[in-house]
Order: sequence, then structure tokens, then C-alpha cells
Amino acid sequence: MSDTTLQQPSTRSRSRGAETWSALLSNKLAAAGLVVLVLLVLAAVFADVIAPYGYTDSDLTRRLQPPSASYWFGTDELGRDVLSRVIHGARVSLQVGAVAVGISLVLGTTIGLVAGYRGGWIDAVLMRAMDILFSFPVVLLAIAIVAVLSPSLVNTMIAIGIVFTPIFARVVRGSVLSVREEVYVRAARSLGASDLRILGRHVLPNVAAPIIVQTSLSLAFAILTEAALSYLGIGVQPPRPAWGLMLLDAQGFIPTGAWWMSIFPGLAIFLTVMALNLVGDGLRDALDPRQRSVIQARGAEA
Amino acid sequence: MSSSPAGGSGAPGERVGEPLVEVEDLEVHFPAGGRRDRRVVRAVDGVSFTLARGETFGLVGESGCGKSTTGLALLRLVEPTAGRVHFDGTDVRGLSRRDLRAWRRRAGMIFQDPYASLDPRLPVGEIVGEALDIHDLHQGKQARRARIAELLERVGLAAAAADRYPHEFSGGQRQRVGIARALAGEPDFLVCDEPIAALDVSIQAQVMNLLAELQRDLGLTYLFIAHDLAAVQHVSDRIAVMYLGRIVELADRATLYRSPQHPYTRALLSAIPVPDPVRERQRERVPLVGDVPTPLDPPSGCRFRTRCPEVFEACGRVDPVLQPVGPGREGGGALPDVGSDPRAQGHLAACLLHGETGRPVERSDHRDAREAAPAG
Ligand SMILES: Nc1ncnc2c1ncn2[C@@H]1O[C@H](COP(=O)(O)OP(=O)(O)O)[C@@H](O)[C@H]1O
Ligand code: SF4
Ligand SMILES: [Mg+2]
Repeated sequence: MSDTTLQQPSTRSRSRGAETWSALLSNKLAAAGLVVLVLLVLAAVFADVIAPYGYTDSDLTRRLQPPSASYWFGTDELGRDVLSRVIHGARVSLQVGAVAVGISLVLGTTIGLVAGYRGGWIDAVLMRAMDILFSFPVVLLAIAIVAVLSPSLVNTMIAIGIVFTPIFARVVRGSVLSVREEVYVRAARSLGASDLRILGRHVLPNVAAPIIVQTSLSLAFAILTEAALSYLGIGVQPPRPAWGLMLLDAQGFIPTGAWWMSIFPGLAIFLTVMALNLVGDGLRDALDPRQRSVIQARGAEA
Repeated sequence: MSSSPAGGSGAPGERVGEPLVEVEDLEVHFPAGGRRDRRVVRAVDGVSFTLARGETFGLVGESGCGKSTTGLALLRLVEPTAGRVHFDGTDVRGLSRRDLRAWRRRAGMIFQDPYASLDPRLPVGEIVGEALDIHDLHQGKQARRARIAELLERVGLAAAAADRYPHEFSGGQRQRVGIARALAGEPDFLVCDEPIAALDVSIQAQVMNLLAELQRDLGLTYLFIAHDLAAVQHVSDRIAVMYLGRIVELADRATLYRSPQHPYTRALLSAIPVPDPVRERQRERVPLVGDVPTPLDPPSGCRFRTRCPEVFEACGRVDPVLQPVGPGREGGGALPDVGSDPRAQGHLAACLLHGETGRPVERSDHRDAREAAPAG
């Protein structure tokens, strides 16, 4: 075979975005995760319509009821419907997860890119600052930040975002250190590419995989950190429900046998984290042209 | 305009023979690595040569002798520690960051490893088109696509390759993509760093032919790097042999193969098998013994003396410089009148057998030299 013939005639005409999307959807687990996430977001947005009761509606005659036809997830110690509170809780939990992780993703990735790419004293200064942030216990640091910013849900999200920034910075910097030495980066420079172009077009896409993995991990931790902060009285204020807070509140009632109070918010967190990880893994593969070929080949066989 | 994939400046052949790239006393020293280690790796340690427009200049030497670093440094992809690099009259080391980026259009590089040199995340069309975007050439969706197709076809690939990813191609095809990428900015000069060394033997000739064809059609000047003399035998106009960061011999191709003047060149030449079985059996072999010394601490005097079969007393005492050699040139003599054509430089070698021309080694170095000298 001549060196110049292609293995197959090209049949490709779709854009890269369309290819990534179809590769993501053809991965069954990722597609399932995506469906769950969409449902959760819809539940959060339309909580007022979907939830059978208001999240503060309490019926003191029906306290600590196990799941039944009228209260699918049972009731809590104040006779409130657990299902309705789980649905409303999606709002705070998803919001905190998305905003907090969004902040740390943007900050941490930028810091990691600059530190890893530039090296030298810039790297030393930035990473030393990250090390100091990282050395504090997560909740303690978040409390300190919220205390400085004054307690509110928004400030809680900002605090969690800052607390998670060093992890992103470290992960990104480590990957950048190896990618910047790649021959294709040198090749781009040989064409006259600017640093900004090299970072955006070559370095960032090639460090995307660890960033995506870290993002789905951090979303779970952010939801739990928010729970801890709310439990300590900063963050979400009762009676507004949030999954983490419900879970922590329910602990005291486990000895009384009210398992439904903790199982359902726990399940909601678990489902969200699971779905995020599936979508994250799928996205990581779908963004990688080599993996995409494998996915397509599998699809063709099936 | 757009019918020629790489126009260069002026029609090919117009200024052939004039100096295009002038390198003088180029040095690239890398920190040794250890935090407390103040030694330096003398990767390139005083290299001078001039490339004539339109020629292929072969740079040959064992792995680690500084060939790639030389090529990278003259493109400022690695910053030189010292020396001068002039390109078509421009002082490359004096260029600002901005001007340097603009200049890169004229001088490019083809890399050794066709797997590592293409970004796995980008389709081939984006890889080849990158220089177009950087230098604002052939912009507009249609024009850009057409130009990328033209470049791909110029290197023997189908235009449809633009939508595919590097991992879908063989090594040879990937190297063609790398060549198309380097041509996109219409360069005058390319550093070809062992462009076929990583390819299957069966396709090496195809890629070599492509490079020769492009040079002929586009009037390109090549610095062609290889690790053995066999690889440059058929393509180079002139050849420089490198050893431990220095050029030890420089001559036009025919002269170098017919009458090598440096013991290292002779050793390299004797390693090339001859196709004729009778001559192959009679071939004199000069085996290279021992390993290349570390560029952290090169031998004093002649750097080749720890492995040279002809080493003698002066070799540890004097650091030889390149001097005119060859028939009628023993004992030195004036360089021939080179005019404007660097190819008239003649035959140069850095070996004391041709006369003790060089820098005397300082006493403190000399003591180390004797300790390091081979027994007997
Ligand atoms: N970035 C670097 N840092 C430290 N040493 C280097 C670096 N690049 C190359 N070297 C060293 O410089 C010497 C020459 O390397 P190189 O130019 O790649 O040789 P060649 O291309 O001839 O095989 C080698 O000893 C190599 O280890
Ligand atoms: S100078 Fe001496 S050691 Fe060096 S190549 Fe010549 S003979 Fe050999
Ligand atoms: Mg090399």
C-alpha cells in the first residue's frame, strides 16, 4: 500500500462539536447520567410545581411518619414532607455545587496554567500561595472566609470556590508541566504562535481530561461542604432545605428508626454525584479524538 | 500567488548561492540540573557555518552531539547562550518578541518524531492551517479551506485528510502533515531534524523524495540533520560533521566522502556498508571505541582524543580550530576567496594532524587532561 493513501475514504463532514456530542450520547452510561442530571435540574427549577407540599408546610399530627401513599418519602420531626424538601433542596445543592465549583474551576485552572507554563518565580509564588490555602482544613477555611465576607448563601458559594481552588491549580499545573514540553507545542511556537494561542489551543485541550475528572469530584465535595457549613449555622438558613443539611439533621433521628429522613437526601446526593461522574468520564472520552474513534468503531459493530 | 504553496521571496533560483543563514560562534549551554550544580551542559559550544540560499546543508553526528540544539537555537526555539545568527541580513538574536513571531513565517522546522509533533486533539486541517491564522494568510472560510487542501495535496495527501485526526494516519503520512504545516507560511528555510529517522525503511525514500521535490520547486534552503553519514549521502550539497558540541569537519559532499580529513569523519564513513559485496568485504573499518564523553565536562584539547585512533601528544595540549585542509593544504594556508557564495569556503577540519592550529590549553586544564587521557 502506498504511504499516501488513506485507510478509508473520509465520510466526515460534521463539526467537532457535533462529533463530541454524538460520541457522548453514544456512551450509554454517560447518556444515562445526562438524563439524571437534566431531571434533577428540572426538579430544582420547577420545584414549586412538582413538590406535593410546600417545604415549610408542617402537620404536627403527622410527625416522623414512615413512607406512605400520601408521603412517599415519609415526614420529618416537624411533620414536613421529606419528598417536597428533597425536591426543593435540589435548588440550593445544585446551585452551590455549580457556582462554587465554577469559581474554583476558573480560578484554579487559570492559576495552574500560568504557573505551569511560565515556571520560575511566578510559579513559585502562585503555588506557594496555593499550598498555604491548601494547608487549612476545608471547613475551617470556609468558615473564616464566610466570616470575613459576612454569612450568606452567595458568600458560602464563594468561600467553597476559594477553598477548592488549590486542588484545581495543582492538578492543572502538573499536567501543564508535561504538556508544555511536548514537541507539538514547540512546533506551534516554530510557526510563530503567541503564548496565549499556545495555552488556549494546545495546552488547555490537552490538560482537559484531569480537569474534567477533578470537576466531577469537586462537585460532590462542594455539596457536602455546604452541608457542613449549613449545619454550623452559616450557609443555608433553616427552614430552607438543602440535601446536606437534611442529611445532617436526620442523624439525630436514626436511633428512633426514622431511616427515611436520612436515606432520601443521601440518595439524592449519591445520584447527583454518580450522574456527574458518568457524564464527566463520558465527556473526557468524547473530547479525545482517539477515544472518539474507539467509540464510533464500537457503535459501528453494534 | 496561491498556485505556489510556498513562494519564498522572489522566484526560486534568483538569488541562489548568496548567504541565507550565517551562524557564528553559536553556543548553547544548559544548566546541569542539580540545584547546587553550577556546571553547564555544553550542548553547542562554538559552532559557525553559513548556508547558501537553495542548498541542503547536512549536519551529522552521533546522538547527543548537539545537532538538534543547533537547529533549535538558530530558530530561537532554544535561546542561544552566545553567538551570532543572521538570516538574510537580519540579526535573529536581536529580534523583539513580536518581530520574532513575524519572522518565524520565513524559517520553520520539521521534527524527528511524527507522533509527538502533531497535537492529538486537533484535526489535520487545523494543524496545517495554524500558520495561516497566525500570519493572517488566506483568511475567509473558503480561501482557508482551499489553501489547506492545496498544502495537503502538495505533500501527497488527499484534501479529505483535513477532517481526520493524527492518530488515523501512519508515521509517513504524519510526517507529510508535519511538512505541510511547515510549508504553510511560505518559508525560505527549513530545519529538517532527522525527518526520516523514525519512519519505516520502506517509506523513508518517499519522504526524502518529497523533500527534494519541494526544495526544487520552492527554492527552499535546508539544514538537514542526521545521525549517520549514510542518511545525508544523497541529499546534501555540503556536510558538517559534529562532535560534542563542535563542528569537526566541513566540506562539500563529494570531497567529504572521497577524502575525509578528520579521524572522526573517517570512523563514521567506515561504518557505512557498501552495496557491492566485494568492496564491502575489503572495506577498511575504523571502529569507534568507548563512549562519547559527557558534554558537562568535555576533554581538554581535542574533544575527540579519548576515542581517536591517531591521538598524539599535542592533542591534550591544543584545542584545534577548523582550518583549511585537503590536497595541497597541509600546514594551513589562506582561505580561498569566498566571494558571496558560502559554498566556496572549501574543506575545513579541526584536527592537529593538519597543523597545530588552535587554542593552547591552560595549565590547570592540562593536568585534568592528562588524567583523562587514555592509557598508552
Ligand atoms: N533542554 C535541555 N536541558 C539540558 N540538557 C539538554 C537539553 N536539550 C539537550 N540537552 C543536552 O544537550 C546535548 C545535545 O542534545 P541534542 O542537541 O538533542 O543532540 P542531538 O540532536 O545531536 O542528538 C545532549 O547531551 C542533551 O542531553
Ligand atoms: S587532534 Fe588529535 S585527537 Fe583530535 S582528531 Fe586529530 S589526532 Fe585525533
Ligand atoms: Mg536530535
